[in-house]
Amino acid sequence: MTEQASPQNTGRRRALKVLGATLGATAFAAAMEPLKAWTADLTLDQFLQRHYRELTKDQLEAVLRRVESDTKAKYGKDVHCEDVRPMEGVEFGYALNLSVCIGCRKCAEACHHENNHDRRTNNSYIRVIEMEQGSLDLEKGNTTYDHAVPAPGKYYMPVQCQQCDNAPCVKVCPVQATWKESDGIVVVDYDWCIGCRYCEAACPYHARRFNWEAPEIAAEDINPEQSYLSNRIRPQGVVEKCTFCLHRTRKGKLPACLEACPTGARVFGNLLDPDSEIRWVLENKRVFVLKEELGTKPRFFYFFDN
Amino acid sequence: MSNESHVVSYPRFLLRVLRMSLDGGWRFYVWMTALTAIALVGANAWAHQVANGMTVTGMTDQVSWGLYIANFTFGVGLAAGAVMMVIPAYLYDDHDMHDVVLVGELLAIAAITVCLLFITVDLGRPDRFWHIIPGLGRFNWPISMLTWDVIVLNGYLLLNLHVAGYMIYTRYLGKKPSPRWYVPFVFLSIFWAISIHSVTAFLYSGLGGRPFWNSALLAPRFIASAFITGPAFVILLLQLMQRFSSFRKAEGPVRTLSGVMRITVILNLFMLGSEVFTEFYTGGHHAVAAQYLFFGLHGHAALVPWIWTAVVLNVASALLLHIPAFKGARWALNAACVAAFGGVWIEKGMGLIIPGFVPSTLHEIVEYVPTLTEWKITAGIWAFGFMLLTVAVKVALPVLSGELRHSPRDLDESELEAEPTAAE
Repeated sequence: MTEQASPQNTGRRRALKVLGATLGATAFAAAMEPLKAWTADLTLDQFLQRHYRELTKDQLEAVLRRVESDTKAKYGKDVHCEDVRPMEGVEFGYALNLSVCIGCRKCAEACHHENNHDRRTNNSYIRVIEMEQGSLDLEKGNTTYDHAVPAPGKYYMPVQCQQCDNAPCVKVCPVQATWKESDGIVVVDYDWCIGCRYCEAACPYHARRFNWEAPEIAAEDINPEQSYLSNRIRPQGVVEKCTFCLHRTRKGKLPACLEACPTGARVFGNLLDPDSEIRWVLENKRVFVLKEELGTKPRFFYFFDN
Repeated sequence: MSNESHVVSYPRFLLRVLRMSLDGGWRFYVWMTALTAIALVGANAWAHQVANGMTVTGMTDQVSWGLYIANFTFGVGLAAGAVMMVIPAYLYDDHDMHDVVLVGELLAIAAITVCLLFITVDLGRPDRFWHIIPGLGRFNWPISMLTWDVIVLNGYLLLNLHVAGYMIYTRYLGKKPSPRWYVPFVFLSIFWAISIHSVTAFLYSGLGGRPFWNSALLAPRFIASAFITGPAFVILLLQLMQRFSSFRKAEGPVRTLSGVMRITVILNLFMLGSEVFTEFYTGGHHAVAAQYLFFGLHGHAALVPWIWTAVVLNVASALLLHIPAFKGARWALNAACVAAFGGVWIEKGMGLIIPGFVPSTLHEIVEYVPTLTEWKITAGIWAFGFMLLTVAVKVALPVLSGELRHSPRDLDESELEAEPTAAE
């Protein structure tokens, strides 16, 4: 042990240790250097920002203005970001007519533009599956087809967030960064999500996307009409998802994917309104939901015409 | 005994222990320097990952967890398996085991730290870690299994820190540890160890959309494999301690632990067989992920070499432990430990996590291969874990053997004579 070592030896040892510790600390600082640029973007206000549902009116107002100024600084575009709340007496439902969908992916493209998705990855909340005629087996489906549509012997099934009433993604989130709003839409607080991606693992419909890096989008391509819980440009490292275009639908407009559909396959509306088209479809068509056996209770329905 | 208050003597104890932990022969310095270098490479890779985004990993929206979560899962098993020292010692009054319980606890501390680091590097927003702290953030307890995992993992860490710290400190003071300060915690830690690995299994098995994980057998399989890796690691560690330190009590515990392993390797293979049978005999959708894992799917076979390596290693370890000709052969036991450790690392790591995502929930087949960044970070975290364990064991040993004491002049002769190492 050191007690027996000569004083000279101990002194040398101590000097070596001090040298080692200094070297180690310097090396550690150098190793962590890349974090500097990253923390420069992160203000204390942002770091301490509370959950969306805990923000006071004034705090929320400040956050919205910050989103706007950040977008201006990073993307060079003047945008308008607001907080659009659910309407009283409205619960949204969506239905899709598989008999008329031709698989053109116009819906996915409209989503891409409406929701300010990353341009490099061509991201969208909608995936269109080319299905084998006579089978509901996803195993036989194909999402990467690149031929003229509709192809013979095939039908097409677009899949996006099913806004489940019993949503597995909401259950698993450890920090309540995602929840179901009173109009049935499942939302994410992008400023609260810690990026653990447990929700991505839990979702049976591949409805969630992760921002593996900060989205890239040219100023002229940015949709300036934005909302906090939906289509504002998402930060790096958080999860996002389809919100039924709540910044549009909560103001009485239709989702972008529906407006883009050339065949009228999509039906959207208020489930609580007995005269709505969506109610008529649910009452008169042979409707089914995806993976019903999982008990997720989707608000997204599929049907065939005849 | 001196009447010095703990407020004074405890910090002094920590300081002495810390100073001591930095002393050692050339082997120690080489070992620690190498580990430091690897840990720094990992730290640097992580800093890049945080700054540039997780696009530097091989993960995608289809395979959204990878090497980090695989290692996390394995690490939890290692931590839980360490309790295999405690059970024989306290439930079956095995006196040989009492001496090495502390080693198990130190292993648990290092392994849990490794797990927490793997979770941290998997976060897309590590700056928001405080959102998951109960009371500060919004803790989705009891609904989210991940919040349960936060509780049980940190709880297990605290339990082991307390028991190990208390043992070492009282020995340092030259006192007999008082049973009421550690026995209840030791028993609690037995149940707690089971809970950390069960809860981690529930994290996956609770997801209805992932048929590969959605099996009630997952938690029992986790426990069985934990009771392979824990003992395997400790068997090797005890022999190393015997070779490089004054520690001389490895024989008895190694015998007991290899007995434990002999059972758990077979149990693990049996449960693997049950799962494989159920998957492939039933067939259909449920078997698609297993098909991908073992044989490849539509020309995609990235995991096939991994899993067959694991199968070979696991079967080899079972054979080495059971063939009568190898009985008592130390090389066979050590080879079995290495094989079992490697086999479970694959099976409970990549072999468990990745097939959960392939094919995806929409049946897309996107394969996952870890990037260099992920390997660097993974190696860095393990290196850090080994540093922690080395220092902890190095500190604990001289205290337990009486080389390091509070104040040698105050030693009570009678206490010195009364079996200095059996007090646990």
